[in-house]
Amino acid sequence: MPNKVYKLKIAGQAGQGIKSSGLTFSRFATRSGFNIYNYFEYPSLIRGGHNVMQINISDGEVRGPSRFTDFLVALNQESIHKHKNTLSEGAFVLYDGDSRIKVDTLPPSVKLLSVPLSKMAHEIGGQEILINMVALGVVAGMMQGDISVLQALVEEEYHDKPEILKADILAIEHGFNYAQNNFKDLILECFKLQNHKKEPRLILNGSDSTSLAAVASGIQFSAIYPMSPITGIISNLAKFQTDSKFIFKQPEDEIAAIVMSIGASFAGARSMTATSGGGFCLMTEGYGLAGITETPLVIIEGMRPGPATGLPTWNSQGDLLFVLNAHQDEFPRLVLAAGDLTEAFYMTMEAFYLADKYQTPVVVLLDKNILEHEQSVPIFDISAYRIDRGKMTTDFSPDFKRFLVTEDGVSPRTIPGVGNFFIANSDEHDEKGFSNEEIENRNNQMNKRMRKLQTFIKNDLPKPTIYGNENADLTIVSWGSNKGSITQAISEFQNVNYLHLTWMNPFPTEEVTKILNRSKKLVILECNYSGQLAILIKQHTGIDIIDKILKFDGRPFFVEEISDIINERLKN
Amino acid sequence: MADLATPIMPNWCPGCGNFTIWLSFKNAAIENSWDNTNTTIIAGIGCHGHLVNFTKLTSFEGLHGRPLPLASGVKLANTRLNVFVFTGDGDCFGEGGNHFIHAARRNHDLTIMLHDNGLYALTTGQASPLTEHGVKTKSTPTGNPDNPINPLVMAIASGATFVARAYGSDVKQLTEIIKKANEHKGFAIIDILQPCETYNKILTHQFYQDNVYYLEDSYDPTDKVKAFERAHEFGEKKIPLGIFYIEEKPTLESQYTHLENKPLIDIPLDRKNMDNMFNKYL
Repeated sequence: MPNKVYKLKIAGQAGQGIKSSGLTFSRFATRSGFNIYNYFEYPSLIRGGHNVMQINISDGEVRGPSRFTDFLVALNQESIHKHKNTLSEGAFVLYDGDSRIKVDTLPPSVKLLSVPLSKMAHEIGGQEILINMVALGVVAGMMQGDISVLQALVEEEYHDKPEILKADILAIEHGFNYAQNNFKDLILECFKLQNHKKEPRLILNGSDSTSLAAVASGIQFSAIYPMSPITGIISNLAKFQTDSKFIFKQPEDEIAAIVMSIGASFAGARSMTATSGGGFCLMTEGYGLAGITETPLVIIEGMRPGPATGLPTWNSQGDLLFVLNAHQDEFPRLVLAAGDLTEAFYMTMEAFYLADKYQTPVVVLLDKNILEHEQSVPIFDISAYRIDRGKMTTDFSPDFKRFLVTEDGVSPRTIPGVGNFFIANSDEHDEKGFSNEEIENRNNQMNKRMRKLQTFIKNDLPKPTIYGNENADLTIVSWGSNKGSITQAISEFQNVNYLHLTWMNPFPTEEVTKILNRSKKLVILECNYSGQLAILIKQHTGIDIIDKILKFDGRPFFVEEISDIINERLKN
Repeated sequence: MADLATPIMPNWCPGCGNFTIWLSFKNAAIENSWDNTNTTIIAGIGCHGHLVNFTKLTSFEGLHGRPLPLASGVKLANTRLNVFVFTGDGDCFGEGGNHFIHAARRNHDLTIMLHDNGLYALTTGQASPLTEHGVKTKSTPTGNPDNPINPLVMAIASGATFVARAYGSDVKQLTEIIKKANEHKGFAIIDILQPCETYNKILTHQFYQDNVYYLEDSYDPTDKVKAFERAHEFGEKKIPLGIFYIEEKPTLESQYTHLENKPLIDIPLDRKNMDNMFNKYL
């Protein structure tokens, strides 16, 4: 039996507190024992423009955004226009009946909840700013939730701002009571958010999980220049640095961000930078600098649609081939792509470990859907993680060969200030780092560096994951945040499975070839124009996946969209 | 270690101004016991950058234009290190111009040696951002149409807290200024006038010997307005040398009070207990 997923949508104008009230509600649902997946759409503006937060709530698993709406909170007229076609049969629409919002275009099956939101907010004395809180109270009342859980959440958030707290608590209570008193019959038809006990769950987005992972991995230095969608990482690291005793620095540009991080890493600090595709354009020279000087570095690349400024606040998977090919000539790069915020957490920790082990840049590709959308997940387990700096030593050796040619391609590493002499040299160099243009030396150093990839394949390359029945009639191939909607959609089918690819370089060629060869029917889904993963698969395996579903409009794949794609293919 | 020699011999042109800059630095290093337990060199790309190969101090020769962010990262990670930046006029003010302004205003605790030969030498003689207006170079055969940056004025305006100029061939004075610049807590830059025998036929040894003079003893380097005034002087018999400007101001590094005065790399990485942080997301 598929899980029932209830889809609440809060829509209005930017500045009406859509995101904050949505987050509060999703915490409320999680604490009440449900799982949630948030999907947030907004334009690249601070004030004005349409904001919408979809909160998908379920007793079971919920992993992706939905096309439909079961309960719409419409804080302005535009919200009705934009979302009326997404309303499911018998959906609830909450709006302010005293305002000029017109609801006559809504389908007849809609259950209207007219509430004097503005009037109630003014009565409490909080003006317009309290409207979203009154609305939250109404929704909680309709769902017969435990109002004390919701109020406790608001208390935690505003315990140091007693005036706001008092008004918010009242607003929720008034909204809650209004629903209970005025919609007695309709309440019975609404989704029930009644408390049931479950293991506690975290509710956070990928920016949060990536930042927490960096701290758990022992991050010491991070320089990041602001760019959507990785600004959440900046806010987190800037805040975390005091208690966790590391340095976060916002530099003048992305070139400085990566080069500063490389400098700190050269000096011995575990370092990370983060950016989006546009910033990564500037970082490409630093990317190769870390490669040739064999300086460990973690780079988070949060994708958004381009080129240039593109669609700043929307989703994309258009940077895969860029990250795999950026910079002149060649160096060993480790590139992995997370499928959700939990993978982002564990992969970021892995990235720090691998950067030190292989002394080379490691890129974690994320997309906006992962970075900016909250999900409820089990508490992360870091008990197995050990800080391992690889072949780093602070012992003195009079003849230290920092770039010693070794079988595994990894040389002993040391840092300035411990007595050892070496040169981290962006020129081709010999084993100590002296500039050297001789044929034999060039070949030895280039081979040594590139050999790291072979060592990695032998020791560390994981097998790709297949979700669903191994002998399926249809295999979906994809990567990145599409994982959520795909795994949720295939749970409704017995005969469809999903090949989720996370390791982009080195590529798990052998395993992927085996899996693709035994698959009966293949379809690949990506959020980019050319099918970049399909190109990569063809490059490595020779297998050409003809059936491609490509989206480059900034929107994610919705669960229902995937179900339609599956149904069409199973028919033929 | 005593003479900081490596097996590699300098590959600069005969008569290159880099020789005496290198010598002055090594003199200062030996006098002050700068060695591999306390010092590191960051270099840009250009003729100056070759110096890392001939100087037995652990170094990072990075990307053209980027030695300042590289050095900033090193210093932030380990405040125990004496961090010297070797850069050229093209390196520092062409591709590196943006970094220069910001590193100066942040007052990183760095000593910057600006090898100022007034053009791009390693690429065989094109105009740099410091090349005078009208000067003919390979990239400006009819005369440079651009106006030059004045590095001293730029440094003071950007917030540098120690600004000096030296003539590279005056080894004694340059050695002293390097030591003073390094003693200074904050962003210290020395504009080092460096003749390029091969490509710069105007700013020659002879030209500098004829036209430099030392700021008088009574000059007060804490007066910013005066410093701007004197930094604008340049021309026949009018090229002042010495310390133009000094200001005491907290360095960026000193403001990370949460590190309890320890170098960042001395703080243990293990953060096994993350429960408090995770619990904030429940």
